[in-house]
Parts: sequence; structure tokens; C-alpha cells
Amino acid sequence: MSGEMQVTSLTKTTAEEPEGEAARTDQPPAAPPGKAPKSSEGSVLNAFSSAFLVLWVIMAAGPLIWVMVNSLRESSDITGNPFGWPTSLSFENFSNAWSDANIGKYAANSLIILCGSLPGTMLLGSMAAYVIARFSFRGNRVIYMLFAGGMMFPIILAVVPLFFVMDNFGLLDTRHGIMLAYIAYSLPFTTFFMTSFFRTLPGSVAEAATIDGASHTRTFFQIMLPMAKPGLISIGIFNFLGQWNQYFLPLALNSTDPDKALLTQGLAELSVNQGYEGDWGALFAGLSIAMIPILVVYMVFQRQVQEGLTAGAVK
Amino acid sequence: MANDVRAVDKSPTAPAPRKGGDRASFGDYLLFAATLVLPPRFTPKKVKYNRRYRTLDKYRFISWFLVVPLLLYAVLVISPFFQAFYYSLTDWSGYSSDFNYIGLDNYTRMFEDDDFWASIKNSVVLLVVAPVVTLGLGLFFAFMLQAGGRHRKSEAISGVRGAKFFKVVYFFPQVLSVAIVGVVWGSVYDPITGPLNEVLRIVGLESWTQGWLSDPNIALYSVMFVMCWMFIGFYVVLFSAAMGSVPKDIYEAALLDGASRPKTFFRVTLPLIWDTVQTGWIYMGIQALDGFAIVYIMTINAGGPGNSTLVTPVYLYKKAFDVGQAGYATAVGVVLLIITMIFTAIMMLLSRRERIEF
Repeated sequence: MSGEMQVTSLTKTTAEEPEGEAARTDQPPAAPPGKAPKSSEGSVLNAFSSAFLVLWVIMAAGPLIWVMVNSLRESSDITGNPFGWPTSLSFENFSNAWSDANIGKYAANSLIILCGSLPGTMLLGSMAAYVIARFSFRGNRVIYMLFAGGMMFPIILAVVPLFFVMDNFGLLDTRHGIMLAYIAYSLPFTTFFMTSFFRTLPGSVAEAATIDGASHTRTFFQIMLPMAKPGLISIGIFNFLGQWNQYFLPLALNSTDPDKALLTQGLAELSVNQGYEGDWGALFAGLSIAMIPILVVYMVFQRQVQEGLTAGAVK
Repeated sequence: MANDVRAVDKSPTAPAPRKGGDRASFGDYLLFAATLVLPPRFTPKKVKYNRRYRTLDKYRFISWFLVVPLLLYAVLVISPFFQAFYYSLTDWSGYSSDFNYIGLDNYTRMFEDDDFWASIKNSVVLLVVAPVVTLGLGLFFAFMLQAGGRHRKSEAISGVRGAKFFKVVYFFPQVLSVAIVGVVWGSVYDPITGPLNEVLRIVGLESWTQGWLSDPNIALYSVMFVMCWMFIGFYVVLFSAAMGSVPKDIYEAALLDGASRPKTFFRVTLPLIWDTVQTGWIYMGIQALDGFAIVYIMTINAGGPGNSTLVTPVYLYKKAFDVGQAGYATAVGVVLLIITMIFTAIMMLLSRRERIEF
């Protein structure tokens, strides 16, 4: 790949040579960089790129806004007429989605799962990571590689045996089963990330605690865990979104009992039902109910969310 | 790692307390072993004041902290991956617990399975095209945000105004569930009620309107676009962060030498952030190979029309849970696993180049 890249970049630049040359002669010879007059090439590029940037804003947010606006319109208005403003402000669609299509119940189910799986992931992940990062023992490296390797493979590859493992333990279609599966599949990344985080923390504070007579467990919970708070927040946001948005695991492991369906399953099902009934309004309202809280939380904590989600690729 | 005062034994192969000591009697061993499984407060006095207690305390802590995560991980993640290899050699239906060992029959059957090859073809198209489009656009937007602004006073490069706003909006799709994205785009593509055809009608491109998901020739590209749409924001943020860490004086030097903006991008920015691009490429490739949820939710009959959008994970899922061919499905999974590994290995080998420190 590198060779190929190199070649293309070379040809590109040679092709642009004259242009660069022209730009250079445009400038007064000894002008400092800041005072260079804007070349026409620059402003054309500016206009073009700005237009493109704005276009992608419409692409990224447009469909979501369209769904939200339409969630306030009546289903009969929407069909065959995608653009239009709500004629009257009614939240009938929302009440339909919330109670008739059970979106409220599904959201509660998702929340219950998350209440168990997220703290579980964070606790077990940072426990394993702390031991791996700060103690030397036989097998340390192997365990680390075991966790790191697990990040690479999509769940789908193991789904069939996983289904029967869960079945054998009686975990299929149960809340605690889903929680355990969520925790297990979040562990690789959590452990990997927290290990590198614990390694960056200074050892002197823990030493002082030991000299004062704190046990290992106490040092971990009262000294190291509070010190690791920035890492915990990043990875916590990552896991929160990952588990809240999880679609595949519940589909495979939790699909027999509709009463226990999670929000993502409920929405997918709603969209299938919409196909039969043509109730666009309820579908869009259901989508809005699912989208708006997440988007609001994201906009409030945007810096942390962006850092949390991209953290994995940077490390 | 061993900067810990409690790690008295620096060597990783330090003998566990149960093994060492020639004066210890059998009873002492028993006591030590019991201490390992008891909570610290029940440590017997005799053990507590033994000179090896610190080592024991350390190993007790290590094993207690590792046992739950490791057990959970081994049972629910590692063992299924290995079981997959075994089940792929059986004719297991998945409905009952009896099955026969049939050797490599599942794999030979795959060779003659047209549906399987159709799914592989679609997955490979996604694997090749989706990362190129996504990373290309991601790099373009990130560079524009980072260096696309007008030259301001005494600054070599400057971002466009409102770069932060752009990044926030571009990142929207990334925080939403694939289920939501699939349903939203399913309705956007809807030929009658969807806004896409309506927009085309309004701007006078009536002839471009079509059934985006019902035409076998373009359905796969409609799916691919949604995949790229989801991830572009992620890469804009990722690459912006990487570009932001490139020192400004390098850009200043390039500008003094008269480099145009495209030239700056290809000769300065891209080589300096190549590590991030490479990681992103592998990540996007794995996402594209997976691609289960979008296809499963959005397309007609999950993979239709015909086999035009059938990707390998969806094929695997259908075989396992719809028609009861669990053994065959795991064999498909093994092949997919191998493809994932080959892809990663190729990417790592081909894009290896000297890391530029700055």
C-alpha cells in the first residue's frame, strides 16, 4: 500500500507543479507567510470546499431533522408527500409510539440492562486492567494478549456457538444473560484501554498508601480508581453508547419474548410493522424518542464523547 | 510495571509460596492454600507473620481480581470462537443436541453454493470500496476543517470558521444505533414517501429517481452509502485530532517554500498522520466486512432483492437461525474469520513504513 500511495502522491504533486509555481510567482518575494495576498486559486478552493462542508452538514443532519419534523405530522399527510410542516401541533404520534408500539417499555428494558452491564463492565474491566498493568506475574503477557486479540473479531463469527453456550447455562432470553454477554464482549476493549491508562499513572501514590498500611484492594478502590477517573469517563462513554446501541447481541440472544425486547429491536420491528400498516407517524415518533435523548446528551458532552469514541483508534 | 513497592520479587517467575520453603510442613502448606481462597481478614496469624506473606498477599490479590473477568471472558468469548472450528466440521442442525462429524464436507459444499459466493462478492466489494470512500472523504473534510481557512495574520494554517460546529454535526450518525440508522435510511430511500426521490424531483432530475433498495443494480451501493455516512464523522474527528498534533512550524516551512494546499496535504499532512490512517483503514475494513445490521434491517428480505445485497454475515445468520444449519453456518463464520485475518495482515504488511517522529 505504501508504495502505491507514494506513487499516486508523487504523480499528483508533479501534475500540480505549474500551479504551485504560479502561486509562488504571484507572491512578493520576501513576504512573510501571514501577509501573502490571497491567490485566486485559494479563494476558488475556499468557495468549493466551504460548499462541500455545508453540503455534508445537510447530508449528516438532514435525514435526522426530516424524521423529527415528520414525527409531528399526521400519517395520512406524510404518505407520498415527504416535505411539509406539521399542520397542527399534536403529539398523537408520540403517544401512539410510546404506548401502542411499546417504545416506552422497550426503552425501559434497555435501561435496565444498561444499569447492570455498564457498571459491571467498568468494574471488571478496570480490575483486570489494574492487575495486568501494575503487577508482574507469570502469564501476565498472555492474558493481556488474550484481551487485546478479542477486539479484532466481530461478534457474528462466534454467534452460533455463543447461542448454545448461553442456552446451556440457561442465560438465553434473560436479563442477566444479556448483561453478562454485554460485559463479556465489552471486556477486551475496556481492559486494553484501561491497562494502558493505569500504566501511565505514577506509582508513588500507591506506594505511599502501602506504606501507610493499605491493603491491595483498598489501594485499588480508594487510590488508583479515583486517579483513573479521566480514563474511566472516556471508556465509560464508549461502553455506554456501544451497549445502548447494541443491536446484534439482543437480536441473537433475546428475541423470543417480545416483552423483553430492547429499544433497538423494538425500532426495527416498528419499521417492519409500518410497512404493513403505513403508520409513518408512529415510526418517526418512535425514532425521535430513541434519537433525541442520545443527541442531546452528545451535544452536552460532545468533547468527551468524541474523545471517548475515537480513543480506541488513537491508542 | 514493577514500580510497585509491594512487588518485592522482581522476577516474574518468583516461586509461589506454596512451592518454596524447606522447613514448611504439610500443615503449613494447607494453611497457605487456605489463605489464598479466604478473604484477607481471615488470614491466620501464623501465615500473616510468615516472611513469605507478602508474596502470598500479592498473588491472592492478583487471582481474586482476575478470576471473574477471565472466567466470563473465557466462557462467553473465547470458547465460542474455538467451538466454532469444531462445529464447522459437523452436520449439526442446531435444533437438537445430536450431530455427526462430517469432516470438511461443509467447506466443500460452500464451494458449490452460489448464494455463499454472491455474499462473498458483495462483502468484498464493501471491504474494498467503503474504506476508500469513507477515509478519502474523512481526510478531505478533516484537512478542510484544519487548514482550509483563509490565511490569517501570522498563522501558517488556519481552520475554517466554525470547524467545531462542523465536527459536532458530522459526528451525529456515530452516536446513533445502527438500528436507528437503518430504519431512518430505509425511509429516506422509500420511493414514494422518501425525501431522496422528492429532492431529485424538485431539482428537476426526475429521471434519476428510482427504487434505491429495490433495484438490484444499485441496492448494494445504497447500502454502502449508508455505511460510509455512518463513519465519515468518526474519521473527520479522528483525523482532525491527528492533524492537530502536527507542529505548526512544519506547515510554516511548507508555506515558505511555496507549497500549494493540495501539495501541503499530500506531501506534509498525509505522511505525518499515516499511522492513524492505517489504523482507521483496518477498523473500517472490519466494519465493512461485518455490515450485518444495516443490511438486515434496511434491505428487502434481508439481502434482497435476489442476492444483490446479501453479505456474508447476513447469510451466516440466516443459515444458523432461519433454516437450522448451525454446522454449515459456523463453517461460513470460519471462512469469514480467515478473510478478516488475511485483510488485517495484508493491510499491516503493505502499509508498513518508517514511522515519522515529530
